[in-house]
Amino acid sequence: MSHAVEIRDLHKSFGALEVLKGVDFTVDEGQVVCVIGPSGSGKSTLLRCVNLLEQPTKGTVIVGGVELTDPDVDLDAARRGLGMVFQSFNLFPHMTVLQNVMIAQRRVLRRGKAEAERVARANLEKVGVAAKCDDFPSQLSGGQQQRVAIARALAMDPRLMLFDEPTSALDPELVGDVLAVMRALADDGMTMLVVTHEMSFAREVADRVVFMDGGVIVEEGPPEQVIGRPQHTRTRSFLSRVLDPGHVGGETPGPGAPGEAPGATG
Amino acid sequence: MTDQSNTDGPTGPAGVNPGRSRLSPRKRQRISRAIQYVVLAAAVVALVFFVNWDGLALNFAKMDVAEQAFPDVFLVALKNTIIYTVGGFVFGSLFGLLLALMRLSSVRPYRWIATVYIEIFRGLPALLIFLLILFLPLALPGFQVPGGTYGQGILGLTIVSAAYMAETLRAGLQAVPRGQTEAARSLGMSHSRAMVSVVIPQAVRIVIPPTTNQFVSLLKDSSLVLFLGVSGEYVELTKFGNDLASTTGNATPIMVVGLTYLLVTIPLGYLAGRLERRQGKGR
Repeated sequence: MSHAVEIRDLHKSFGALEVLKGVDFTVDEGQVVCVIGPSGSGKSTLLRCVNLLEQPTKGTVIVGGVELTDPDVDLDAARRGLGMVFQSFNLFPHMTVLQNVMIAQRRVLRRGKAEAERVARANLEKVGVAAKCDDFPSQLSGGQQQRVAIARALAMDPRLMLFDEPTSALDPELVGDVLAVMRALADDGMTMLVVTHEMSFAREVADRVVFMDGGVIVEEGPPEQVIGRPQHTRTRSFLSRVLDPGHVGGETPGPGAPGEAPGATG
Repeated sequence: MTDQSNTDGPTGPAGVNPGRSRLSPRKRQRISRAIQYVVLAAAVVALVFFVNWDGLALNFAKMDVAEQAFPDVFLVALKNTIIYTVGGFVFGSLFGLLLALMRLSSVRPYRWIATVYIEIFRGLPALLIFLLILFLPLALPGFQVPGGTYGQGILGLTIVSAAYMAETLRAGLQAVPRGQTEAARSLGMSHSRAMVSVVIPQAVRIVIPPTTNQFVSLLKDSSLVLFLGVSGEYVELTKFGNDLASTTGNATPIMVVGLTYLLVTIPLGYLAGRLERRQGKGR
């Protein structure tokens, strides 16, 4: 069985700062993999290396059997099959919602106007913002904008979806809608690589959780293992800080995050 | 403040009202304002009595001379001013966009060329450019600027405005967040497709207000066409006013021309301000 994503010995430096220090991992067809870890651990950089928004300093990235790190590869063609959702949405502010979802279909896939519009409407329907077709992004809430961004990526019929902290810029009450869309996507069998701080989402939806710290993968495995019974001290201290931010010292498991207490001591 | 009035009170001369000895800030402000009004009134009175109004009116606002300016001041002079300005603006914007893209190019010599051009032509007086254009036929025998007199005037304004437009557009292109390019590229768009569909349209919106101001300053610079020695049907506002002032020996035509400039520049200035405010709200 071929991997949807295969990464070997990935290094990335920004100047003297080495952000990724040799990462190996794979995502299989239909899997949902969540990458967690403290900020600055390199998890977003890792995601951005998968579609080569960041050029790796060293290493190999193979997506869908195509080696993207090959200098002669047609990156634009390869990226068509890779949807990406950003933390800050990055919708095109000068276009309506519908145009946002249509533009790449028209200009990249060369779809006709009618077909592009049909696909756009279907995807906007799927993420629950069909009523906002003719609005501009600035008229939408953050949660709606992010769902439009997901529809925009889905309209390209990607084989793999990359999510870079998709809910981190949202007001807490809007997070749920976006996560629900992602959950439905996962249930449909989409291959997904998700960088996130939403532990309950990772726990419930992910097939595998990857914990990164200091530019390397510290621990990976099924969520009940990595989040439920972490083996490494670094994983444990990160999880206790995330799951129970009120108790940095970590003595008593307080009634902090709803229903998420057991991670702290195991 | 409270401290001061507290300490001032008792030291004042056996007053019924403590703090009366010093002027309160409010009173001081009132006196200051009264003085300003007195100065203004004195200046107005002096102007009315000592200036030779009749002489001024005779030289700067003589009605029968003003009448001679019409309707050619609009039909010929203003029309030509607009032709020179719009021509210089359109070509300057296109050339400026090219220079801006060159300045952001990954090919280093392009960056150098654009930088050198911008630095030179932003640093030179516009008049100097026009004087140089006069010598072009001497330097390049047989060379004719296409479009004749219009072409020469537009060429001069293009050379000048391209340098300024390049800097404005570069700032606009750089003001478009990097995430926009990233989103476009992640959808499979090529670099140039992302520029055309996503970055440039947003950059143009960002630079509309400063560009309107640039248009106003270009409109004023179009007066330099005067130095190309144009005549007849090619005169723009300043040349037109200057010629008529010479033949009539009276400054009134220059005043008429000045008002005509303001007729265009003031509304444009307001427009730029409104666009700026609207943009401030929109983003």
